[in-house]
Amino acid sequence: MNMVIAPLHEVAHGRAGDKGNRSNISVIPYSAEAYPHLLEQVTEARVLAAFRHKGATAVRRYELPFLPALNFVIEDVLEGGVNGALGLDQHGKALSFLLLGDIRVTVPAGCVRNWRHR
Amino acid sequence: MGGDVHIGCGAGFAGDRFDAAVPVVETLARHDGPRYLIYEVMGERTLAIAQRLRRVNPDAGHSPYLERYLSRTLAACKRHGIRIVTNMGNANPLGAARRVHALARDLGIDGLRVAAVLGDDLLTFMSPAEVAALPVVEGIGLGDADIVAANAYLGARPVADALATGADVVLVGRTTDAALVLGPLLHEFGWAADDWDRLAVGTVAGHLLECAGQVTGGYFCDPGFKDVPDLAKLGFPIGEVSPDGDVVIGKADGTGGQVSRATVCEQLLYEVHDPGAYLTPDVVLDMREVTLEQDGDDRVRVRGARGAPAPDTLKATVSVEGGWLGEATMAYAGPNALARARLAADVLRDRSGTIAPAETVRVEVLGTGAVFGNDAGEGPSYRGTPQWGEYLVRAAVRSADGAAVQAVVDEVQSLFCSGPAGGGGFRGGVSEQIRTASVLVPRAPVESRVRVEEVPS
Repeated sequence: MNMVIAPLHEVAHGRAGDKGNRSNISVIPYSAEAYPHLLEQVTEARVLAAFRHKGATAVRRYELPFLPALNFVIEDVLEGGVNGALGLDQHGKALSFLLLGDIRVTVPAGCVRNWRHR
Repeated sequence: MGGDVHIGCGAGFAGDRFDAAVPVVETLARHDGPRYLIYEVMGERTLAIAQRLRRVNPDAGHSPYLERYLSRTLAACKRHGIRIVTNMGNANPLGAARRVHALARDLGIDGLRVAAVLGDDLLTFMSPAEVAALPVVEGIGLGDADIVAANAYLGARPVADALATGADVVLVGRTTDAALVLGPLLHEFGWAADDWDRLAVGTVAGHLLECAGQVTGGYFCDPGFKDVPDLAKLGFPIGEVSPDGDVVIGKADGTGGQVSRATVCEQLLYEVHDPGAYLTPDVVLDMREVTLEQDGDDRVRVRGARGAPAPDTLKATVSVEGGWLGEATMAYAGPNALARARLAADVLRDRSGTIAPAETVRVEVLGTGAVFGNDAGEGPSYRGTPQWGEYLVRAAVRSADGAAVQAVVDEVQSLFCSGPAGGGGFRGGVSEQIRTASVLVPRAPVESRVRVEEVPS
């Protein structure tokens, strides 16, 4: 199998939501074939590392094999959220793209969006 | 497909597109059977602002957008028997009901029946001290801050009870967003209070519909990766639910947008923490075995929701005074813009130490990765940020000291004459803030006070 390294953004999509100072970010592979690779590589530890500078203290990953998708719940990442954040994006709406841009994964080439067009 | 209930969504937040419901109503009008239009227009802070308004004027405190939404749909809905369920009641569902009647008179609509759901306001039977003592599950500790509002999330039963009065329009205050959808389903299908799997199905349908365009390709498009046709004409969703609990999500005819497994999947997990235990007053929803199946163009079938008994507490949002937020920006563009913007930021940091020494002032340069950074400017910086470009210098501060907050905003404006060359486009302002916490409150004392009121014209 032709494995390639790609930003998560080219393999999966997602959406961020906020509750208090906690964010949840879904990670949904474009191709179901990528799911086991994401399961192996997009770990709680790596996601925590991506958000540590924002104050994140813990990450919990929920697995949804029937969709398939992952759901990450990131504690204390919103710098106070709408109650206290000074940053422009108080809800952390853009954080899904921080995650998708920060993490790189190794997946079969067929799992990467637009791979053929480079 | 006989017996299916069709439920369209006309708004997913306060300020959502005012005209998006029109194609939804036109589409619903072509269907048979029970049809509903919901508008979800109430955030946590919306309610606190509404409570403040109501304190000054007992007739106020409902959605300021009520006429802008309903003037476009009320007559057609009445004509076609499409019933409206909405939380435009905010802090004053009775006042909202009277406004709906006034609107109906203006539009020449006869015989409109309106009902309101009352009883979500904890401060009608609890003292502020009792509210402050409730356990906090999300958000800030309440301390001794002044409580502006405290409202429990009611479930779908009161909505169903209000529909049972025969109302054409049901106005609620604080309920779960999903209750706007589950309520009509309970009313139509008579699902039992412990039919957990069906309640879960109705809750999933509500969860998918309540953010309106977010399930039909809105807040989704990422050009070249996730393309969505005709986003400017985004069609809002219509859910079809069968008595057995089969759900299909579609959208208004003749509109843009898209309903695909991907659009539905993003919304399914939106603001969800544990997908095995999504807590609502009606049921604990388990979506771990939910499957999504494309069922024709712009139609997705949703199966596999499971339910467990509802929790014995209700969630309530408590809002307290939150001081002031000041934000201001100045733009730098063209040759050496990055250096000029960074110098402006240095000036603001230096000056903040003098004019607002007690406050944390965030100063950053937008365009360099600041949105993803922290207050200290640490974060994933963009590679190759060019000197020749366009940058916004931004300062932000929160404080109970409004004068200090204003001083920081003024300091950004002073960059005009005292900062680096070529600063332009100053924008800034100070806004009053409300902070919120989610608390848990026992069900019985709240639910025993919930009531439905038919509001005569």
